[in-house]
Amino acid sequence: MQRRGVAQENSEQWVQCAKCKKILFRPDFERAMRACPHCGHHHRLRACERILLTVDPDTFQEIDADLRPADPLGFPDYTDKLRKGTAASGENEAILTGTALLSGYEIVIGAMDFGFMGGSMGSVVGEKVARCFERGAERRLPVILFCASGGARMQEGLISLMQMAKTTAAVGKLQRAGMPYIAVFTDPTMAGVLASFASLADVIVAEPGALVGFAGQRVAAQASVGKPPANFQTAEFQHEHGMVDLIVPRKQLRPTLTYLLEMFLPVEAHAR
Amino acid sequence: MMTIFDFEKPINELESAIAELRQLAAEKGLDRSREIAELEAQRERLLKQIFAHLRPWDKVLLARHPKRPYALDYIRLMCENFLELHGDRLGFDDPAIVGGLAKLGGYKLVIVGQQKGRDLKERQKRNFAMAKPEGYRKAMRLFRLAEKFRLPVLTLVDTPAADPGVESESRGISEAIAQSMLTMFELTVPAVAVIIGEGGSGGAIALAAANRVLMLEHAIYSVIPPEGCAAILYRDPNKAPQAADALKLTAESALELGLIDLVIPEPLGAAHRDPQTTALSVRTAVLQQLDELSRIEPDALREQRYQRFRQVGVYEAAR
Repeated sequence: MQRRGVAQENSEQWVQCAKCKKILFRPDFERAMRACPHCGHHHRLRACERILLTVDPDTFQEIDADLRPADPLGFPDYTDKLRKGTAASGENEAILTGTALLSGYEIVIGAMDFGFMGGSMGSVVGEKVARCFERGAERRLPVILFCASGGARMQEGLISLMQMAKTTAAVGKLQRAGMPYIAVFTDPTMAGVLASFASLADVIVAEPGALVGFAGQRVAAQASVGKPPANFQTAEFQHEHGMVDLIVPRKQLRPTLTYLLEMFLPVEAHAR
Repeated sequence: MMTIFDFEKPINELESAIAELRQLAAEKGLDRSREIAELEAQRERLLKQIFAHLRPWDKVLLARHPKRPYALDYIRLMCENFLELHGDRLGFDDPAIVGGLAKLGGYKLVIVGQQKGRDLKERQKRNFAMAKPEGYRKAMRLFRLAEKFRLPVLTLVDTPAADPGVESESRGISEAIAQSMLTMFELTVPAVAVIIGEGGSGGAIALAAANRVLMLEHAIYSVIPPEGCAAILYRDPNKAPQAADALKLTAESALELGLIDLVIPEPLGAAHRDPQTTALSVRTAVLQQLDELSRIEPDALREQRYQRFRQVGVYEAAR
C-alpha cells in the first residue's frame, strides 16, 4: 500500500516520486532533501530525519525521551495502534524534542512524526510541546517546532482536547519571556494542532504543498456553499489568506530559520 | 435501538394528559386532583426509571435535545440587565456567539456563549451554534473588555463544533480558536466556563480555558463527535452509540478524569423539562465559584488557570 506523500522505495538505488511518479536516483533525491527534483513535491520526513537536516551536526540532545503514552480511557485498539506506531516510525511517540544549535544559535527544537499515529496529539505530545515552551521561557531560548499532525488524538478523548489548551497556555509563557517561537507547517498540519500551539508562532513558515487546515476536506466541502478552490487547505491557500508568513522550499529552510533567529535574538545569543 | 426520544414518548403522553386534565378541571370547575396526582406520580416513576439508566449516547441526545435551554435562555433566567454587545471590529458579527454585559447576584460580568437556534430560520441564522472566526474574535474582544474593566468572565459552551466551511478556513478558524484560548489564559480576572449542552472539540475549548470548568449533568464534552469517531473506529457512523461509550464524553466521566471541577445537577427529566430550576442551579454554582475566585490576586488567578490545564495528561515515564 502506498501512503500519500511517501516516496515508494523500489530498490536501494531508485525511488519513485509519490506525486509525479518519476523514478529518481536515490543520491539525487537525498541531496534534494527528499524534494522531487522534477516536480518539487516535498516528501514527508521522519522526526529524526527532520532534526538532522535542520540543526548543526552532532548538537541535538533529546529531552523528555522517557515519556511514554498510557491508555487512560481503555480505548478500543489503542495499545495496538501505539505498538504499530512505534514499528512504523521507530519512535515512542509522535514528537521528538530536544535542544540543539542552529547556525550557532542554541534552540529548543521539536519535530512531529506523522508516521506515529498520524502525528496525533495526546498526553505525551502535549506534555513535550508544553515543556519545550517552558524550557524556552526558563532558559531564554528560542523555540522551533516542525508540525506534522492530523490533529488531536481521538484515543485519549477529552484529555487530548485539553492538550490544545495546555500547549496554548505554554506558548503564552514563552511570549511573556520575550523569546521567539517559529513554527514550520509540514505536510500535514491539521485540526487540533493547527488550532492550538501551531497557529500561535511569531513567524509561521510552511513547506510547499503541505496540507494545512482545520477540518477534513470532505467535512469542509459539505459545510460550504459551492466547491472549495483547487488549492483549498494547502500551504499556498493559507499563505494567500494571511495565515502563513512564508512558503519556503526545504533547501532554503535552514538559511531562513537562521535569518529569523538573527533578527530576533541579541548578538550575544550567537556565542558558540 | 431505543433512544431517549423513544423513552420520552410515554412521558410526553402523560404530560399532555396531565395538562389536558388540568385545563378541563379549570374550565368545568371540576375537582380532578386525585387523577392528576396519580398521573404525576406515574410520570415521576417513569422518569426516575429512565434516568437511572442513561447511557452515554442518551446523554448525547439529551445534550442536543431541541428543547434544551440555550445560552440566551440561561442568561435571561439567571442574570439581570443583560446588554448584548455586537461585532468583532474586523468586519463581522457572528450570530453563533452571543456576548455582552450582565449582572449576576452581586457581580458585574462579561458573558460569552454559543447560541443555537430554536426554529429552522434561527438555526440557520446562528449556523447551529458553529462559530466562525469572527465569533471567536468577538469573544476575544469581549475578554479584553473584561480584563480592562476588571469584570469576571462567564462562558456558556454549547456547540457541535467550530464552523468547518471554506469561508471559515479562509479567515483563519484555527488561528481564531488558538487565540481565543490564549486570550483567556492571559486574563487576570476570574473566568468560569459552563458546558451547558454540547462541548464540541476545538469549538468548545476555545471558550473554556477558564479557572473553573463546570458541566451540566446531561451535557457532553468530547474531542470528536461520536459519529465521526464511529466512522474512523468502526467505519460506520451508525455505531455512534458505541463510540460515545469509548469516548467517555459524559460529565460524570470528565469529573472522574479530573478534567472538570463540578457537575451541576439537572432536574429529573433533564434541563428542558424545567429550565427555571436548571438556570437557578447554574446560577448558584457560578456564584459560588466567583465568590471563591474573587478572593484570589490577579496574577495568581492567571497562574491558577495555567496550572489547572498544565497538569492535564496521563503518561508514563520509562526507566
